Amino acid sequence: MKDISLSIASPAAASPLQKAGAALTACAILSSIIAAFGAGTSNPLLFFFLITGLFISGGIFYSIPYFKAQAGIKNDGIMQNSLSSRGAIAWGIAILMTGFYIILYWFPYYLEGLIRTMDPLSMMLRNKASDQWFLYGAFYTLAVLIMGMRFIAKYKFSRYHIIRTISVMFFQLGFAFLLPAFLLKLNQPEFYFSYFWPLKYSYLFPNDIDYLIQSGNLGVFMVFWGLVMTFIATPVLTYNFGKRWYCSWVCGCGALAETLGDPYRQNSDKSLKAWKIERWMVHSVLVFITLTTALLWLNSWKSGTILGDASGLFSQWYGFLIGSVFSGVIGTGFYPIMGSRVWCRFGCPMAAILGLFQRFKSKFRITTNGGQCISCGNCSTYCEMGIDVRAYAQKGENIIRASCVGCGVCSSVCPRGVLKLENLEEEGRFIPYIRHEDKK
Amino acid sequence: MNIVIIGNGITGITCARNVRKLDSNASITVISGETEHFFSRTALMYIYMGHMKFEHTKPYEDWFWKKNRINLIKAYVKSLNSKDKTLHFDNGESIAYDKLIIACGSVPNKFGWPGENLHGVQGLYSIQDLEQMERNTKNISSAVIIGGGLIGIEMAEMLHSRKIEVKMLVRENFYWGNILPREEAQLIGKHISAHGIDLQLNTELKEIISDDQNRVKGVLTNKGEQFECQFVGLTAGVKPNIGFLEKHELETERGILINEYFETSIPHIYAAGDCAQFRNPKPGEPAIEQLWYTGKMQAETLARTICGDKSAYNRGIWFNSAKFFDLEYQTYGQILPEINDQQKSFYWEHPNGKHAFRANYSSKDESISGFNFIGIRFRQIIAEEWIREHKTIGFVIQNLKKGWFDPEFSKAFYNDISHSYLQSLKSGNEE
Ligand SMILES: Cc1cc2nc3c(=O)[nH]c(=O)nc-3n(C[C@H](O)[C@H](O)[C@H](O)COP(=O)(O)OP(=O)(O)OC[C@H]3O[C@@H](n4cnc5c(N)ncnc54)[C@H](O)[C@@H]3O)c2cc1C
Ligand code: SF4
Ligand code: SF4
Repeated sequence: MKDISLSIASPAAASPLQKAGAALTACAILSSIIAAFGAGTSNPLLFFFLITGLFISGGIFYSIPYFKAQAGIKNDGIMQNSLSSRGAIAWGIAILMTGFYIILYWFPYYLEGLIRTMDPLSMMLRNKASDQWFLYGAFYTLAVLIMGMRFIAKYKFSRYHIIRTISVMFFQLGFAFLLPAFLLKLNQPEFYFSYFWPLKYSYLFPNDIDYLIQSGNLGVFMVFWGLVMTFIATPVLTYNFGKRWYCSWVCGCGALAETLGDPYRQNSDKSLKAWKIERWMVHSVLVFITLTTALLWLNSWKSGTILGDASGLFSQWYGFLIGSVFSGVIGTGFYPIMGSRVWCRFGCPMAAILGLFQRFKSKFRITTNGGQCISCGNCSTYCEMGIDVRAYAQKGENIIRASCVGCGVCSSVCPRGVLKLENLEEEGRFIPYIRHEDKK
Repeated sequence: MNIVIIGNGITGITCARNVRKLDSNASITVISGETEHFFSRTALMYIYMGHMKFEHTKPYEDWFWKKNRINLIKAYVKSLNSKDKTLHFDNGESIAYDKLIIACGSVPNKFGWPGENLHGVQGLYSIQDLEQMERNTKNISSAVIIGGGLIGIEMAEMLHSRKIEVKMLVRENFYWGNILPREEAQLIGKHISAHGIDLQLNTELKEIISDDQNRVKGVLTNKGEQFECQFVGLTAGVKPNIGFLEKHELETERGILINEYFETSIPHIYAAGDCAQFRNPKPGEPAIEQLWYTGKMQAETLARTICGDKSAYNRGIWFNSAKFFDLEYQTYGQILPEINDQQKSFYWEHPNGKHAFRANYSSKDESISGFNFIGIRFRQIIAEEWIREHKTIGFVIQNLKKGWFDPEFSKAFYNDISHSYLQSLKSGNEE
């Protein structure tokens, strides 16, 4: 049968406030381009305030209608809107974002003017001129904060969403942006306390550890912190709360996906085939990074004799392929086309480890409420990880999947209140609901 | 065994799937004139509102049917010949069966209102209805909905999402007043009004008025009021879709008559779901069950019988759920609009008008008989267990936390409820 939605006219247009918000954001992008072409070098402060001011006011205007509306699910028109349903606007944004990443990684000199607009902020925070990574960090954090505000407005009926969004905004701003900058100012190593091996793979590489230890007491603490988080905190927290404690409460990649990526969450692929590809890919990355780490240690133990420079090359390639291309260009640039968690789902080795714990040794599950599911499909549609939640719910089974980041949106959009994220006893979490009358 | 099923709704499909699970050799064919693949009728509103596309409402991927060897035929069954056990389609083809399952669902009720066949007047049941509604509501500004039930409120929400002004004509004193106790009905009525829907209570449709092109231009009510509109939604319930059986000897009344094994008056023909009517319904239970849940449960039982394990239908403790704009509603056990003289009822409502709780119990032994939850999610197994085990109202109120199913970090109301209950005991004693 033909695709019914094609015959559907677009719903009533977005409110004037939202149009104004979109226009302001467009102006912010335009100003950034003008700045990049050189204007930012001559007038850094002016362009800094212009760009951030426009982005922030755009975000505020865009969010006001959500704050004013009756609390509840706000998904009207998503499938008919070009932005959120892979229309021309979505492709435009995807090209813009991907282009930004490509220039950022490989041709940063084209961004010179834009980088200079961040000098005043960079000097203030780190006593150091801005560079492309500082610019990226600033934009990234700004996106999380602005779109985080929008997310809170949109899901204002749910304290779970409000609290976890404040949490990711806090960790992004504090631990991934301000603290590392401040450490630089104090002449300490630039360290990210909210990232651990294997996501921040180099934190367990011999070179990084040597460097940290040599840099003093704080450096030693950083090494200690990294080890504790990877080997103790990760399993313990994941056992008690599921992978969500990291993926949708702390992690910066998750933060961007949940905020900037929220308008695109429905574009994740839910097919069985996608699930197969996902498992292959994400576990391959995990094996790859574990192997790399092991090799590097072996090499350093034998003082570089067995591998020569090969192990270094290995890690460089990993950094390029996974660290840059995958997590940045595809992971974020393709949001509007492939959904918001492409990286988290197909590429993140941290997600792979957390997922294995969650699937096999954890108290976390999404409980299905008896036989209440009406198979409507809202949960599956809005799962950013591409989990076919309905397939479990309609059978009365709990949802226990390695990839679930515990964002809780499936539970929010379910019109029958069927789903609840919770941490209960490990025992019995796989037992499905059976009607009392059918028990024999 | 050659099993043929008419209807690929939840009933027909659940039957097909369960037969396949129990019998890997049976030949299974499902016929439907509506869509090629099973989709979720309950999600029709979300397609219109743009929350989902049609493809999202399909609970199984398209490869599923072939993999499970369930043959699908897209055609309307025009007639049934039970002597040589064949079905004839509108496209001239036919098919033979050993066992026939009729699960042909419903169609919207029409009551012979003047003007009910005008352009712009319709019900909402099938995907074709939805496509028609899409055409009928293009560029219009106001609509009237007849009937204050569940499909009516969904239609109101759909139209509202396109910024179309909506009036609902409701025959009762309150929204859904034939099902809900007065307090809940009022609370929901207020919520609906807060969303900008104009509820016209105690109002019935008298006539739908036409313009000179045979299109609706307004409605006339029994109170003599006239409302202008370009669309009329008829949502005064549904009835079994058994027109194609009209001339057949198969015994029907409102629906296809069946016993508790889903057997019709003719051997090897079964009926279930929205289209079936129990000859002897259990006391207090309806003869026709028109729900997603009941369709599914009926089909599961019927599949067992078909595969040789003859099983009587037992639908267990009643439950249902719905959503009125942003208000979720769950009910367990039996809650009628009015209690009888052997019952008592405890009702609690949050001052913000968005959460409510009701428990009905026996005035003799205080055992619980039913719950309503509004704006509160509650565990089905707990609610059912308490009803089945005749727990007392006191026990229930004390243990509400056990069944609480609201998302983590949300404000829980079980303490407020138990407070209010103790208060009501005190004031009751003083009287
Ligand atoms: C808008 C809407 C919302 C609803 N929401 C809820 C809800 O939230 N909860 C709930 O419990 N229930 C709900 N319901 C009711 C629920 O959807 C129905 O009870 C259920 O779908 C009935 O399933 P069924 O399989 O018996 O019939 P159907 O789903 O009607 O399936 C029957 C199929 O058979 C086909 N058919 C009929 N005659 C022929 C023929 N002669 N030849 C070939 N094919 C034929 C029909 O076209 C149809 O596709 C809702 C219904 C609607 C319309
Ligand atoms: S299953 Fe639910 S909680 Fe888990 S990722 Fe998907 S939408 Fe989020
Ligand atoms: S959203 Fe709720 S009712 Fe709909 S399919 Fe998912 S679990 Fe079932």
